Amino acid sequence: MKVTFTANGRPVEADDVWEGESLLYVLRERVGLPGSKNACEQGECGSCTVYLDGVPVCACLVAAGQVQDREVRTVEGLSPQDGELGLVQQAFVDAGAVQCGFCTPGLLVQTDALLAADPRPSDDDIREALAGNLCRCTGYEKIMDAVRLASARACAGTEAGS
Amino acid sequence: MEFLRPATWDEALAAKAGHPTALPISGGTDVMVELNFDVRRPSAVLDLNRVTELATWSEEGGVVRLGAAVPYARIIAELSGPLPGLALAARTVGSPQIRNRGSVGGNLGAASPAGDAHPALLAAGRDVFVEAASVRGTRLIPIDDFYTGVKRNCLEADELIRAVRVPVADGPQQFSKIGTRNAMVIAVCAFGFALHPRSRTVGTGIGSAAPTPRRAVEAEEYLRGVLAERGLWESGGPLGAEVVRRFGELVKGAAAPIDDVRGTADYRRHALAVLARRTLTWTWNDYGKQIGSAA
Amino acid sequence: MNARTVQGQKNLQSINQASRDGVGGSSLRPDGNLKVRGEFAYSSDLWHEDMLWGTALRSPHPRANIRSVDVSEALGLPGVYAVLTHEDIPGSKYYGLEIQDQPALAIDRIRYQGEAIALVAADHPETARRAARRIKVEYEVLTPIVTEEQCLAPETYGYVHEPHEYKARAHGNICHEQRLVSGRGVTDEVRALADVIVSGDYEVGMQDQAFLGPESGLAVPAEDGGIDLYVATQWLHVDRRQMAPVLGLPEERIRLTLAGVGGAFGGREDLSMQIHACLLAQRTGRPVKIVYSRDESFFGHVHRHPARMRYEHGATRDGKLVFADCRIVLDGGAYASSSPAVVGNAASLGHGPYVIPNVRMHALALYSNNPSCGAMRGFGAVQAAFGYESQMDRLAAELGMDPVELRQLNAVRQGDRMPTGQEIDAPAPVAELLRRAKEMPLPPPLDTERPDQRRLPGALSNTSHGEGIVRGVGYSVGIKNVGFSEGFDDYSTARVRLEAIGGEPVAVVHTAAAEVGQGGVTVHAQIARTELGVEQVTIHPADTGVGSAGSTSASRQTYMTGGAVKVAAEAVRRELLDRGRRRYGWAHDDLALAGGEVVSARAGVLAPIVDLLADGAVERTREYRHRPTQPFDRETGQGFGHVQYSFCANRAVVDVDVELGLVKVVELSAVQDVGKALNPLSVVGQIQGGCTQALGLAVMEEIIVRDGEVRNASFTDYLIPTILDTPPIPVELLELPDPHAPYGLRGVGEAPTVSATPAIVAAIRDATGLALNRIPVRPEHLTTEQPH
Repeated sequence: MKVTFTANGRPVEADDVWEGESLLYVLRERVGLPGSKNACEQGECGSCTVYLDGVPVCACLVAAGQVQDREVRTVEGLSPQDGELGLVQQAFVDAGAVQCGFCTPGLLVQTDALLAADPRPSDDDIREALAGNLCRCTGYEKIMDAVRLASARACAGTEAGS
Repeated sequence: MEFLRPATWDEALAAKAGHPTALPISGGTDVMVELNFDVRRPSAVLDLNRVTELATWSEEGGVVRLGAAVPYARIIAELSGPLPGLALAARTVGSPQIRNRGSVGGNLGAASPAGDAHPALLAAGRDVFVEAASVRGTRLIPIDDFYTGVKRNCLEADELIRAVRVPVADGPQQFSKIGTRNAMVIAVCAFGFALHPRSRTVGTGIGSAAPTPRRAVEAEEYLRGVLAERGLWESGGPLGAEVVRRFGELVKGAAAPIDDVRGTADYRRHALAVLARRTLTWTWNDYGKQIGSAA
Repeated sequence: MNARTVQGQKNLQSINQASRDGVGGSSLRPDGNLKVRGEFAYSSDLWHEDMLWGTALRSPHPRANIRSVDVSEALGLPGVYAVLTHEDIPGSKYYGLEIQDQPALAIDRIRYQGEAIALVAADHPETARRAARRIKVEYEVLTPIVTEEQCLAPETYGYVHEPHEYKARAHGNICHEQRLVSGRGVTDEVRALADVIVSGDYEVGMQDQAFLGPESGLAVPAEDGGIDLYVATQWLHVDRRQMAPVLGLPEERIRLTLAGVGGAFGGREDLSMQIHACLLAQRTGRPVKIVYSRDESFFGHVHRHPARMRYEHGATRDGKLVFADCRIVLDGGAYASSSPAVVGNAASLGHGPYVIPNVRMHALALYSNNPSCGAMRGFGAVQAAFGYESQMDRLAAELGMDPVELRQLNAVRQGDRMPTGQEIDAPAPVAELLRRAKEMPLPPPLDTERPDQRRLPGALSNTSHGEGIVRGVGYSVGIKNVGFSEGFDDYSTARVRLEAIGGEPVAVVHTAAAEVGQGGVTVHAQIARTELGVEQVTIHPADTGVGSAGSTSASRQTYMTGGAVKVAAEAVRRELLDRGRRRYGWAHDDLALAGGEVVSARAGVLAPIVDLLADGAVERTREYRHRPTQPFDRETGQGFGHVQYSFCANRAVVDVDVELGLVKVVELSAVQDVGKALNPLSVVGQIQGGCTQALGLAVMEEIIVRDGEVRNASFTDYLIPTILDTPPIPVELLELPDPHAPYGLRGVGEAPTVSATPAIVAAIRDATGLALNRIPVRPEHLTTEQPH
């Protein structure tokens, strides 16, 4: 079947999609967006987290046909147009929150959603929000640092701007 | 494999009637795992995402009609007041991403004994109904009749779940679940409990400890009797350790668990007794406070 | 084959640094920006025009004879390009890291569940899966050999490998064994010297590396009849060495390039899809990609050896250890993998970092029909540490001593001898690490009045509102070797080139070292920067175009490839300065490179480095070897077997719901001597990650195998810690330089994985009073076990 949707603000079209295919497969193998990762394909690791109509979901658990005419935003869509890194992306690099990096794309989307909903989350809030994103390398400490850093920078930026 | 994309509820029912072996998919949190892992290859997949009324809920006459596809995240955010037990259960489902997609309709459709919503639905009372629809019409299935076996329910091949109807809570409700990890875990066992002061009854629900979700009928009856005989509904007075202990034992006795990779049968029984004691204590303390503040 | 045609290629070209610190600074990862943009090409992200998808048909049975394999129906399926069995293998049918005992595709026997029998290449992964289902295999199912008792009685239960096909050194179903005796050994007379004797039987479950990036890669047939493989691995050259005989190709026609690696932890030391993808590419003449699903991944790599251990320790009444008697039985599963080296580690490190005058040890790895086991972070030292640290706590209790004091009293120091006879000739601050761990401030007590649900055992599962919760504290210390031991010729190679680009001096570092997430690329750039005094460093992709770097394992890569980059950069520097002397007649004896210039300590800046590069770039390739080691004597275990030791001490604080058996680790502190932290940010990240894998082993992680069948090959039932399971991990670093190592550094990656598990279990024992002789500790152990 054919599936058309919007990915990172651009219309995309995938042909010859097998009916059992996931959004994750379509993103990675058909429309050139391999940033979302394929670690478990059962919703247990969060590495494939993308925004679907503004809501973070596991792309592996969305059937390709379900995204027809809908909007998807992936890690590749988190950077601003100017080529710089987005705020959350920069914080993950600066805090040392990236080791192998396989969990990173999903964590970035989920953190982006967390900070959009709550710009100053407590540590417990961060842990609750990121509980669906497994990381095997870091022990999460530097991920906590990264989210705190992103929150502080975002809030400082907002205050400076207001 | 076909991919069916009805735009309306009527189209969905027609599609299901035309493809009785089609597998309905909404949040995909169960169905896609089976497709990804080559566990299941249905003749067709029936996508319900475009049927927008499935993702709405309404309250009328003291009953919440919860659309089958309302995601758990919205149950937590919007229904913690009227459906506190279900909202607590929703908070234990998978991860935030899963809760953004998964829904009670999916739990009911899959009918896994480990589904987190089931114990809360059972505890919410005997007036909980699954609203099943087909081109032939709509029927309301009492929750007690819905589960028929391991991952089996009483839906007909042409039926889809439209909603579940749950009475608005008239007393404290609790839900507790055991997992071997502190987040994102399938229940080793789970327990839902609710006080129903208006009907002078209590509700229980056991998850992951029998072939189907089930009620601890004897425990409910025992507690109903004790509360009535001792005038505790009126006084809100202490239950006493013996009542709490006995209730726990009866809940434990109602379970029929097995040993599996997630836990042993003995542990499940033991844990259910503890969860039953704790949830009873919490709800009764809350009830006592409500009585006290009302007086 | 040109890398440009591989999609997602950015890290397959060179990457530049993100920040510009030298050695000792917390330089940021050069690949960090690509990774956060989603542009870093992992091995599963690769794509090639005309590529096919490969998959394997695997055995559902752990032990069986194969009567027949019929692929005809699978071959007939539209979209299928090849179906291969062992009969299609052009070269040798066997491979293996240490012992070539594993068939690339099953021949006539199945030795573990999940063993690959046939391969399919098709135009879509679903087509490949469908075809694999249509391959007809007729099995004669046999009763699997799975317990220690069955393995050790082959006359009754059978052989995993028949005696005539035996490729291992040992006998029966024993893959490898190592004995050790030191002092007077353990005799009745020695036992009589002890005032107190404690013993215990301990068991360790099978842990999985559970790296997030599944095994995957892309094999591309080359015009010269060879093959280009883009793959996630830990050691490119040893992959190639194993692949070449099977593919029937000379090594130089197999070119490997490291694709992005989504974690490794030992699980990529053995081959997984490498040979399979290449066989399919050879047969079809088309690029073939293989990506394991998560369940296939559980069958596609080796795991940490489960262990059964018996320990007996004797001590004087004042707490001095007199003897230790140990037997460690490791289940190696169907094929040898690195079992021999794991046994060597268990035997030589299995007494812990303690001075024990009399020791007897017997460590062995069995062949069985269970899943194959091999390398995982901590490699033989992890299992033993659970045994000896449990014993230290038991002994302290028996003596009425503080468990930390008991450990300090017996801790090894520099100059002491290990039971192998090897003198510890570098700092060994074991007692000091423990002292610091104990002195770190404790976390505040649990707020039982108004606890945040998320901080309680069970968290949002809402199992307690403060009831039943008891806090416990536990300590441990561990020892791990760094680098390949027992006489292995362990070396790494680096090519460093200094050239002028756009008027700036730029260093290019080319090694075959596998960056698996640990940050090797970061420190290699830092070393080049420090040694060459330049800002710009480019990291060339790791490939077989340069000599072997050895494995990214054994905590060795900063030591070894870092050492190689250092000596290669020093050679470049010497040549550069020689050019300067030749050109300008410099006679200074105090020249250095700094800030892009040649500097004399006394005379100041002499020339910009770029001036000396006007005649062309300077390039040097160097091999670096650590000091040689010796094999251990088979019977006595004596020998200078290890290059370097690494030590970590931990304190764990836990809250246990003692009624439900649920555990929440509240804090897990770590104190480690790292010799020299080349990049403190990365070092701390390694220690925190290592601690967390140890936490997983302590309370949740186990591959559950029944009668040879894996019962939980998924992330739904093989649980690894989430961020809600993982506590704050305060880390304190000691930097006592090792005079034998580059910059004095000490390998850091594994020691915390060795030491943290026993600390957590000790804390749970402290809270519950239970013996807890098995890990992972499960809820039912805490609710049913009787207090000891």
